[in-house]
Amino acid sequence: MALINPKKREVQVKIVYYGPGRGGKTTNLEYINRKFKKRILNEMVTVKTYGDRTLFFDFLPFDIGEIKGHSIKIQLYTVPGQVKYNATRRLVLRGVDGIVFVADSMDLRREMNIRSLQNLKENLESFNKNISTIPLVMQYNKRDLADEGIPILSVESMEKDLNSRLKAPYFSASAIRGDNVAATMKKIIALTVSSLRKKLE
Amino acid sequence: MEFTVDFTKEQIEAIEEVLQQELIDLGVQSVILMDLAGNVIVNLDSGESDHDVFSLAALAAGNYGAVSAMANIIGEQEFSLLFHKGEEESIHFSKVADDLLLLTIFNKNVSLGFLRLKVAEGIKRIQKVI
Repeated sequence: MALINPKKREVQVKIVYYGPGRGGKTTNLEYINRKFKKRILNEMVTVKTYGDRTLFFDFLPFDIGEIKGHSIKIQLYTVPGQVKYNATRRLVLRGVDGIVFVADSMDLRREMNIRSLQNLKENLESFNKNISTIPLVMQYNKRDLADEGIPILSVESMEKDLNSRLKAPYFSASAIRGDNVAATMKKIIALTVSSLRKKLE
Repeated sequence: MEFTVDFTKEQIEAIEEVLQQELIDLGVQSVILMDLAGNVIVNLDSGESDHDVFSLAALAAGNYGAVSAMANIIGEQEFSLLFHKGEEESIHFSKVADDLLLLTIFNKNVSLGFLRLKVAEGIKRIQKVI
C-alpha cells in the first residue's frame, strides 16, 4: 500500500507495469520519461541484462502535485516479463498500489498474455491482494504492428481473453510511437489515487 | 502478506532524532529508513550530499530481496552484514524490523566498525519507538 508520511504530508504511490516479456513495459516508461522530462527530476533507473532485457526492474519517480494537502509522489516500476524471473516479479510487486497490464497484441503472443495475467493474479494473492479489486488498467500494446502486415489480435478477442471478468479500463496503444501511453498512465494514476483518497481524509 | 508501515508524525520525529544523534552527528553523509516496497520513510543527510534517495531506496529494496533469496538458497536465514564499499563512499544496509531497512551512506572518514556499532545502537532505540 501507499506510504503516507504525515510529517512531510507526502504520499508515495507504487504503480507496476506488468505483462509478458518483450511486451513493451520498459518502452512505456521510456516514453513517459521523454515526454514528461520537465516534471521528472531524477534519472530513470533501469537494471538490464545482456541483450537489453529487463533483469530486475525499471524505476521512474515523479511528482503530480497535491491532493488533499498531501504531495503525491508517483513511482512507476516495471517487472521483468520473462517467465524465469518470477521471484523478481514478486519482489517488485511488494507494496503495489496500482497495476498496468501491458499485453502484446501480436497474434503469436496470445498464450503468453493469458499466462502472464494468471501469474499476476497468483503473485498478488501471495500478498493477500485481489486482482479484481486492485486498481488495474489494461493496455493492448503494439497496435502499430498491423501497419507492417504482422498479424495481430483484435481488441475484442483480447478483451475476451483477458478482461471479460475483470472489466478493467483498457487502451489500444503503441508504446513505441507513444499512442495512448500517457492516457494509460493518467488512468492508472487517477484510479490509484482515488482509491487512496479515503485514507487521506 | 499485506504490507503496511504507517507511522505517526511523533514516531517519525522520534526516529529522526535517533538517526541524527547516532549517525549524522557521527559524520555519516546520509541515512534512509525505508520499507521493503522501496518507500522512503525517513531521510536525513549532513547537507553535503545530494543523492537521489527514491531511486536508491527502490534499488536497495530489490537488492535486499535478491540477497535474502541468495541466503535462503545456501541455507541461511539472512546475511547479517550487507555492505558495499566504494572508493570514496560506501553503503551499509541493516534490517530494523521485518519490513524496515536502514541504509547508511558514509565516506572514508567513518570507520565501518564504529558505524556498525552506532547503527546497532540506533536500531535498538528505533525499535522502542515503532
